[in-house]
Amino acid sequence: MLGNYAVVEGALAAGCDFFAGYPITPANEISERMSQRLPKVGGNFVQGEDELFSIYAVIGASLAGAKTMTATASAGFNYMQEGIGYASAVEAPCVIVDVQRTRGENYATQADVMQMRWGASGDYEIICLAPSSVQELFDYTIQAFNLAEEFRNPVIVMSETTIALMRERLEIPSIEEIKVYNRKYTNLSPADYQPFKAEKNSAPEFAPLGKGYHTLYSINPHDERGGIDWEPEVFDRLYQRITGKIRENRDKICQTESYHLDDASIVLIAYGSEVRPALDAVKMARDKRLKVGLLKLVTVWPVPETQIRQVAENVRTVIVVEMNIGKYAIEIERLCRGLCQVVRVTKNRGLVHFPEEIYQVIKEVER
Amino acid sequence: MKVLISPQRRYIRKGYLPHSFCPGCGCGQVLNFFLRAIDELKLELDSMVVIGGVGCTARIPVYLNADALHGVHGRTLPWATGIKLHRPDLKVVIFAGDGDAASIGGNHLIHAARRNLDVTVVVVNNLNFAMTGGQVAPGTPSGLITMTTPYGNCEPPLDLCQLVVEAGATYVSRWTTTKAPQAIRALKKALQHRGFSLVEIISQCPTYFGRYALGSGRTDSVLRWIEERSVTLAQAQKLSEEERAGKFILGEFIKTKRPIYAGTTLCVKD
Repeated sequence: MLGNYAVVEGALAAGCDFFAGYPITPANEISERMSQRLPKVGGNFVQGEDELFSIYAVIGASLAGAKTMTATASAGFNYMQEGIGYASAVEAPCVIVDVQRTRGENYATQADVMQMRWGASGDYEIICLAPSSVQELFDYTIQAFNLAEEFRNPVIVMSETTIALMRERLEIPSIEEIKVYNRKYTNLSPADYQPFKAEKNSAPEFAPLGKGYHTLYSINPHDERGGIDWEPEVFDRLYQRITGKIRENRDKICQTESYHLDDASIVLIAYGSEVRPALDAVKMARDKRLKVGLLKLVTVWPVPETQIRQVAENVRTVIVVEMNIGKYAIEIERLCRGLCQVVRVTKNRGLVHFPEEIYQVIKEVER
Repeated sequence: MKVLISPQRRYIRKGYLPHSFCPGCGCGQVLNFFLRAIDELKLELDSMVVIGGVGCTARIPVYLNADALHGVHGRTLPWATGIKLHRPDLKVVIFAGDGDAASIGGNHLIHAARRNLDVTVVVVNNLNFAMTGGQVAPGTPSGLITMTTPYGNCEPPLDLCQLVVEAGATYVSRWTTTKAPQAIRALKKALQHRGFSLVEIISQCPTYFGRYALGSGRTDSVLRWIEERSVTLAQAQKLSEEERAGKFILGEFIKTKRPIYAGTTLCVKD
């Protein structure tokens, strides 16, 4: 199946019933398939006038109770940043697929990795998953919905031209095997309910629209009742909670996969489609009896700090492989400082790395 | 002393008064017009979602004791589209200034009208960007001085009502804050209308528009200035194009029926 189609099937398996999009290559197949599939399962598809429409329609529908997604590519993702800021402030769950492309054309890149994390104004945290195959586009999209619902936060599926337009074997599990998490609705009466009151570092319970709860979803700093309030204490409490619910649950959220780490003295760290040539390079090195492993980042944001530090403590060198001018490498260097050497294998030429390019660096480091 | 409380106070979010509008501002009046309209129609706020973007007008929904979205400039109609598609049972009312509706949110306005999205948009046109301190706006008449047109506004104003009529809105009218009964009646019609309805209310901003553009911060001077330039649709039809220039044309511009928007793949006939 085509990568972009796998995203759609994953979303539907997770219970997505609202999609808004605006045409942009290489994300178009997501909208096209959604427009076919959603009306048949009782959902809503809408093509809006721009990406700002997409993100805000998704947020409006989410606050109305829908499980929502939008998809775009880098240039369109720029426009959505404002909405991502609002969604995190009012804690509206939604899934955003960014099929990364180079500026002006549809070549391979991972240059949006920092924009995914820091694109919107104001303080917020984001969850971002980086699939490396068509199967993972399906699987991670389901996970993205589950995380969005659990933490009431926007979650980004970081796709790329490479995998989005790739056709690969996809195995869709039976419906019983697919775990789906839905947001919690309050049992409290409107008189007792406080829309933004939650346990420490967690998301509050939802109230449906139109049932007398009178929730005010304002981007402005708000207290537990939703009332706009600029008191420094209120401000601090809100921002600590909406960032803390992600930051302090980092170990629960973050997923990585390890390949040959047990005896490795050199470890590659990669995410997204770069995992594929990185894994090939590890195999080439292992064939030459070089002790090389790979840490694959399933979760890119929040940073899997525990897992990366653990690698750094046990190896001589970490090699960061990414398809941009060197962005996520900054995070890895921060975590490895004083623990091991960090080498960058980064390029932004509209091409994925060849395994040989990575292997060359391994050989140089090994020397 | 016995304190009398308006029965319409029940529509106001608890603890939110006094409001933050300047003395003499028309936003408080429009809030009152709206309360009168829903009261007379016996509509309940419980089944309503009220939406405001950013600006003075956008603050109106914050005072209403209803589910509300607030705080992003110009994105009211995309929010409303998402809500209406998922929950068509909810009544959605948007409050927007001329900046919010016609400037930053102009594209959304055109397309929501084109789709005949079933919402009511209340535009309070105070002829300038007021919350930010009195800059030129799409509604500012030509020649006037604002904080960003120190030598006079060289652009013509946008006729918002004409724009949405052309785009496909199915109920559109314009009144002023000085014409309370007409404005309330128009709001009632808009709220009962199925399809895209827009009521523009020309409003006074004594604090900025009054002081900078008219040279007087007195509410009555701004109101008089608006009143002097207001003509009804019937009167306007008797005027030459030259005489019509710079006038606020008041009245009902369209009231028609068309299938409402229910998502790209499905149109609902009324």
